[in-house]
Amino acid sequence: MEISVNVAGANAPISPAAQPHAVEIDALSFSYKERRALDNLSFVIERGEIFGLLGPNGSGKTTLFKILSTLLPLQSGNASILGHSLRSDTRALRRRIGVVFQHPSIDLKLTVVENLMHHGHLFGIRGEQLRQRSTAMLGWFGLSERRHDLVETLSGGLQRRVELAQAFLHEPELMILDEPSTGLDPAARREFLDYIDRLRSEAGVTMVLTTHHMEEAERCDRIGILNDGRLVALDSPARLKAQVGGDVVVIRAKNLAALRDQLLLKMRASPVTVSGCLRVERPRGHEFVRDVVERFGDQIESITFGKPTLEDVFIHLTGHGFYGTRQEDQ
Amino acid sequence: MRHWSALGAFTLWLREITRFRRQRSRVIGSFLQPLVFWLLLGAGLNASFRPAGMPAGINYFQYLYPGFIVLVLLFTAIFSTISTVEDRREGFLQGVLVAPISRQMIVIGQAMGGTTLAWIPSCIFLVLAPLAGIKLTLTAVVVSALIMAIIAFSLTCIGLIIAWRIESTQGFHAIMNLILIPIWLLSGAFWPLSGAPAAVGWLMRLDPLTYGVAALRAALYFGHPSGAANSLPSVIPSTLIASTFALTMYLLAARVASRATSY
Repeated sequence: MEISVNVAGANAPISPAAQPHAVEIDALSFSYKERRALDNLSFVIERGEIFGLLGPNGSGKTTLFKILSTLLPLQSGNASILGHSLRSDTRALRRRIGVVFQHPSIDLKLTVVENLMHHGHLFGIRGEQLRQRSTAMLGWFGLSERRHDLVETLSGGLQRRVELAQAFLHEPELMILDEPSTGLDPAARREFLDYIDRLRSEAGVTMVLTTHHMEEAERCDRIGILNDGRLVALDSPARLKAQVGGDVVVIRAKNLAALRDQLLLKMRASPVTVSGCLRVERPRGHEFVRDVVERFGDQIESITFGKPTLEDVFIHLTGHGFYGTRQEDQ
Repeated sequence: MRHWSALGAFTLWLREITRFRRQRSRVIGSFLQPLVFWLLLGAGLNASFRPAGMPAGINYFQYLYPGFIVLVLLFTAIFSTISTVEDRREGFLQGVLVAPISRQMIVIGQAMGGTTLAWIPSCIFLVLAPLAGIKLTLTAVVVSALIMAIIAFSLTCIGLIIAWRIESTQGFHAIMNLILIPIWLLSGAFWPLSGAPAAVGWLMRLDPLTYGVAALRAALYFGHPSGAANSLPSVIPSTLIASTFALTMYLLAARVASRATSY
């Protein structure tokens, strides 16, 4: 089934050059009372991109999600989506964006079609148009046979698809998703991400998602990495990984501090302690592994090396681990 | 735009009704509990207890009746609004908040939903009035049902004011017990205003629910030989005060909802 979205807007076709960016963020800061959640963010998201906001818990990505989805007001700086200012023009913007929340926003006590109906009504869609859009969504997301089932009887993966179908019902040009595949098993996650890909490639929808999941982040065109409310990197996953020098060697040892000093003195390596391991970034990592094992083999519990992952990029940029607490990573 | 918003409010109302229909136990429970209270209290107190200022020709069973209709309204109206607390952070309302519908309209949809949910079981309670020896005329039923809707609307809005302000359902229960039970006790449900000590009388006059209960009592006794022969305000001014109160509560709820941010 085909889905068409009029990216240029309903009336006057605008030339691509004149089209505003999908998202423009300029010197955006946000604080909850004393705590600064976002600190002077500036970046642009292009139309048709799948853009990921990657960051650990507390990095500010949920705050940014809430601002972009019009749930939190702007404090300082500016942000606009599809040319609508988030400061003054949220009502008109809401009709052009679709939002998928981390916690279900579908009503579990209602059926799939009832959920779609309510959502359509909230966006001013009704009657024959609503029926057609609902049927299209059910077909597109493979939900037709479960249409009259209560949502609470569906699997987690199917519930997420209902969530997507609902958020896409009013044909948004841009979708904002907050950790959308949280709680899904790997197979359901992959399937969900395939749907995101299809929405972008077949309907031209810009996708902006927050995530702390590396697999999700890997599938984005570009990712912005957030740490402590600041944007520490912004590029494609491949280019971000290329920033890390060569291979990543991870060493477990009984006495980390002693080994770190020896590596520093005798191997001219500069290991970082992250989550109870020593990490070294090195070109030709296999040779480094061989040398380390020959010289310090008796002190080592395990040693691995591999190509950098996005998690390595994060550690490379921030000097601390992605999942652990900061105190552990001195 | 306005038209769309009205459709949005309608759909929020419809959702409440659909959910309510699927939870039969909620319907039954919401009116059984006050029914049992009324029977026990009425039976226990009827023989020995006769508060000062009670209208002539009415026994205590009958006197308690309007107050317990209001209790049905109170329970259902308030509890229908609890879901707002969690719904808004991790449920259905998240999606509503990012839809092109104003908070005022969201509150209308929610308030109409809660009002309907409270009104249905209280109407069942109303038609049982002849069992208590209260004669019902058609006028009494129609006017009572209207007044009950006004009371239900104001109580739902009180619930919404609190539900849009606070972050946890525990907090909600605490505030409810602190505010609503006293409001109900002082509303003239248990004893008439005219027989109360001066200080309590003033508290009762300040209690907005007093006027709802008074209007309902007057309407219910339409068919009764003694009429509404007591010191309570008569049905029209009481209904007016109750309506003004309901409107004020709605405006407050809309204001609180408009200012609520989801941190």
